[in-house]
Amino acid sequence: MPEVTKKIREIARSLLQEKKVDLVIGFEQGTLPLRATPCFVRGEKEVDRLVWDSFCENNLATYLIKRAERVAIIAKGCDVRTIVELIKENQISRDQVVIIGIPCQGMFDRRQVEAVLQGKEIQEVTEKDGQLILRGGSFKETLKRDTFLYPSCITCTHRNPVIYDLLVGDPVPELSTDPYQDVEEFEARSAEERWEYLIKEFTRCIRCYACRNACPLCYCQECFVDSSSPPWIGKTTDESDTAIFHLMRAFHVAGRCTECGACERACPVGVDIRKLNRKLARDVKERFGYESGVSLEQVTPLATFKPDDPEEFMVNP
Amino acid sequence: MKTKTIKKKDIASFLDTLLTRYEVFAPVERDERVVFEAIGAGSEATLDYQNTTMPPKGILFPQTEQLFSYRSTKDTADIAVPSFKEKPQLIFGIRPCDARSFLLFDHAFDGDPYYINRRGNTLLVSIGCTHPQAPCFCTSVGGGPFSEEGSDLLLIETGDQYLIQIVTDRGAQLLEESGFKDAGKDALTLAQKMIKTAEASMGAGIEIDGLKEKLDSSFENPIWQELTEKCLGCGVCTYLCPTCHCFDMVDEAEGSTGERIRIWDSCQFPLFTLQASGVNPRPTVKERFRQRIMHKFSYMIESYNQIGCVGCGRCITECPVNLDIRQVVHTISKLEALS
Repeated sequence: MPEVTKKIREIARSLLQEKKVDLVIGFEQGTLPLRATPCFVRGEKEVDRLVWDSFCENNLATYLIKRAERVAIIAKGCDVRTIVELIKENQISRDQVVIIGIPCQGMFDRRQVEAVLQGKEIQEVTEKDGQLILRGGSFKETLKRDTFLYPSCITCTHRNPVIYDLLVGDPVPELSTDPYQDVEEFEARSAEERWEYLIKEFTRCIRCYACRNACPLCYCQECFVDSSSPPWIGKTTDESDTAIFHLMRAFHVAGRCTECGACERACPVGVDIRKLNRKLARDVKERFGYESGVSLEQVTPLATFKPDDPEEFMVNP
Repeated sequence: MKTKTIKKKDIASFLDTLLTRYEVFAPVERDERVVFEAIGAGSEATLDYQNTTMPPKGILFPQTEQLFSYRSTKDTADIAVPSFKEKPQLIFGIRPCDARSFLLFDHAFDGDPYYINRRGNTLLVSIGCTHPQAPCFCTSVGGGPFSEEGSDLLLIETGDQYLIQIVTDRGAQLLEESGFKDAGKDALTLAQKMIKTAEASMGAGIEIDGLKEKLDSSFENPIWQELTEKCLGCGVCTYLCPTCHCFDMVDEAEGSTGERIRIWDSCQFPLFTLQASGVNPRPTVKERFRQRIMHKFSYMIESYNQIGCVGCGRCITECPVNLDIRQVVHTISKLEALS
């Protein structure tokens, strides 16, 4: 059993035993190869369901909202950033949550792996020394973990949890690559090219709202797309309606999005949702020196103002 | 039953012949994904795929469809209903589970002119599944990797050719003048072998016997809370489901003109059952997810005497949190009756 899994179980057991929490939210083995699935543990007997592997892709922070129980949560670097934002936005209270932080080396992109296998059925998956060994009836495939990470894991800037109550596993080196290289490339294109790209992506959208629902920061009691009176937005899958949905959502999470990538991993049709989110995140970083979810103290820029804020966007009278 | 054979390399030219008479939808590669699209040439189609992420249900039941448009003046209102496409269409390379799903649609859309016209105008040429995948469970719900139910023709892969099983008269007409040879004994034996191997490779699936009774008596069981705790409440399972057919209607008006549009809806969304008073009888994911299971494995049996699931496994593959319908059904079927 991997060391991290063992430690998670030990911690969960003692937290429940000592009645420090009512619930531990973590991951258990999924029902398909390359999948782990969220798991809710309330009793000591259930603790051995908990696992940790390269498929723990969900951002569990989404389950913290509107919960009365005292909760311990397994959290990767990005998940912790989301928890920080949720605390700052008064959606959860810090003393209600025990953060079991895990330095994360990125999660495997199951869809990329499946594309390589071209329908060959996986029967057994083992992880060893940064490699993923897949075995099926008539094949064995060894994949390097770093080449099959989710795009959000490749641009991750905080693999190590920024706050935690307990840390499981050794800290990992942060990535040194420029996280916004793709955004810079996107910005360099002409307005027409950018629009063409985004529209092509949005056109694939089927309005299932998996992106919104997987996003822990999309917690509005009534989402603007769900309002029928007034209907803020058309409900069809026409280009204009899907574009408005994505544009509005991007603005709603601007300066708050922690770039965890949960939206994109949840999307069944592969829409590049993060492009806009990351463009806005970069703008917020450049303009306000603010990076979401990395400090409990720093004030969220779009939730405050200063009398001398630059207002170059205002039209002079 | 009559059978013919076609060489794999002749599929594209066969499709080209069909294209002279039909609008043909087939699996094509788009941005590294396989989707059903209307093709312009036989060579665009690919039959080398597992299944599409999106079922082809949108061809007969579009996600967005105008029902009528109107223009009102002071005294009158002109209503225009979109004309039906007269050219017959054909879905080529559809999987047997998806072909079966339209048999359920036939009940659900009974009396719906938009669907019925399209359906009557559509032929289904399915391709059997030589390699069923881990999430597939068609054999538990009355289907099979080579089920011909709902299809007009069924292709069975046998080496460098396909055996064509002729299921309906309309299917037989597709092959008139094709010059395809009758299948020989060897091809038939090989096809039988392929079918057996595929069926044997299927996973355990779900237990259907007694499930409806179990569901009906477990509606208030607290297990639903536990089973649905991880559900995000998104619409992936319903929108990717070939049998989910619920819809909403919206009016898009601008001044004195407008249109009524039918759009897919999902029982997983809060708005689905939100009443004008503000009351929502299915306020949380627990009630909504339970509805999805009840509809498929109890209500549709009551209404149509058919299970409302064809076992395609899309909801399992694409659920963002791996909430597996097989596991849910298994847990329910193992419940002791509430005393």
